[in-house]
Parts: sequence; C-alpha cells; structure tokens
Amino acid sequence: MDRKEILIELKKVLAPYTESKEMLEGINEQTDLIKDLKINSANLVDIIIDAEAQYNIEIDFDAAEKMYNVGNCIDVIADKINKTA
Amino acid sequence: MNDILKYLPYKSSFLFVDNITSLNDEGVSGDFTLKGDAFFYEDHFPGNPVTPGVIITEIMAQIGLVVLGIHLMISGTRQEGVVMDEGSFPLLTSTNVEFFKMVLPGEKVIVTSKKQYFRFGKLKCLVEMQNADGELVAKGIFSGIIKNAVKQMLSINNG
Repeated sequence: MDRKEILIELKKVLAPYTESKEMLEGINEQTDLIKDLKINSANLVDIIIDAEAQYNIEIDFDAAEKMYNVGNCIDVIADKINKTA
Repeated sequence: MNDILKYLPYKSSFLFVDNITSLNDEGVSGDFTLKGDAFFYEDHFPGNPVTPGVIITEIMAQIGLVVLGIHLMISGTRQEGVVMDEGSFPLLTSTNVEFFKMVLPGEKVIVTSKKQYFRFGKLKCLVEMQNADGELVAKGIFSGIIKNAVKQMLSINNG
C-alpha cells in the first residue's frame, strides 16, 4: 500500500470525527488534525484505534504521539504496515 | 475498596461518590445518596426539587469514569506510559446519556460501568445508573482523560 492509498483509507477513518467535510476532501500531508480538521484532541485516540482496525496494525504510545498531521499519520501507518507485511 | 476515594480530587458539594462496591480493571460499581439539602434543589425547581441531568451525569462520570480511571492509573497499567501526580485532574471529553427516570432528593443511585477501552490515557466506558428499586435511571457512553498526567520514563538506560 503506497502513501496515496493510505491517504484514501485515512479519509474514511477521519470522516466520523470531523465536521469540516470540505476540508477533509482536500486534505494533504500538511493538514493538521486538530487545527485544520477541528478534531477534538481526545478523539485522536479513537482515530488511532480505528486506524489499527482499518490497516490491521498495532500503534504504540510513542508512534501515537507523532500522529498530529496527515503526513505523520501516513508515516506511522506505512511503517507499521511494512513491519507486519 | 473505598480506599480509592482518597484519590478523588473533589470536595464537599461536588463529591458524588459514597461507596465503591466492586472495582477491577474491567469495570466498577458504586453508589451515591442524594442529600436533601444539596445546593441545586433550592433552585431546580423552587418547591419542586428534582436532581438536574447534569448532576446525574456527574455522578455517573465520577463513579464510572474517574474512579475506574484512577484505579487503572495507580494499579500498574504501566504500559500506558503515563502516571498521575499532584497537578493531575480528570476531564470529561464526551458523554452521550439518555435519562429514563427522575431522581428525587434523598434517593440512592447505583452506578455500574464497563470499560470499552483504556488507551493512550483515554478511558471510554458504558455507564448505567439504577435507583434503589433496580430501575434504569440513565445510561450512556462516557469518555475522559487525565489532564497533566506525567509521561513516565519507560527506560532508565538513557542516563
């Protein structure tokens, strides 16, 4: 799964947690989950849990801390997918 | 089991836990009896005291989320990587509650909470409240975090 494919899946994961649907459509690697998508910071935990199910990976505490923008999320997900593959 | 109550940061008029009757890593049960002279009855409503929904919600949160959360933090779930200190306090991050019955002054309510997950410092639970007759009073999904929890040093090899 390349970065573009991960991004497409990530949009589905993020959708229930943002009300900025237009912003979500146009996300790029620089999009900040809290500042741009106005996601409740407490819901980042739910996003991580949903991402684990979506990509069939496990995300640990240190990796989770890095996931504040779309690019970081893709970094972590790509890294974990490669480890399980 | 009431030992855990000493960790609760609430005082007097905003402490809504009397007893913890069961507590483990998966859930908690406890009770609280509404005092007839509680500050909110005089105005909610004059001559017609009814426990406000926000107070019902707070009772459910204190027993169902905060007591269980503190238990999980202090009972050595160390893989979470965070611990509490004097500057830490609990914050509710979401609730979604349905209310089925009124609670009147002097009534005892029993709260039961089942953990859905505790990860990255966030606890999410299904919480139910019953009255002394075993009737469902309220039910909902609660989530919260501990603010200013301290990141624990997971390794001492760095020094």
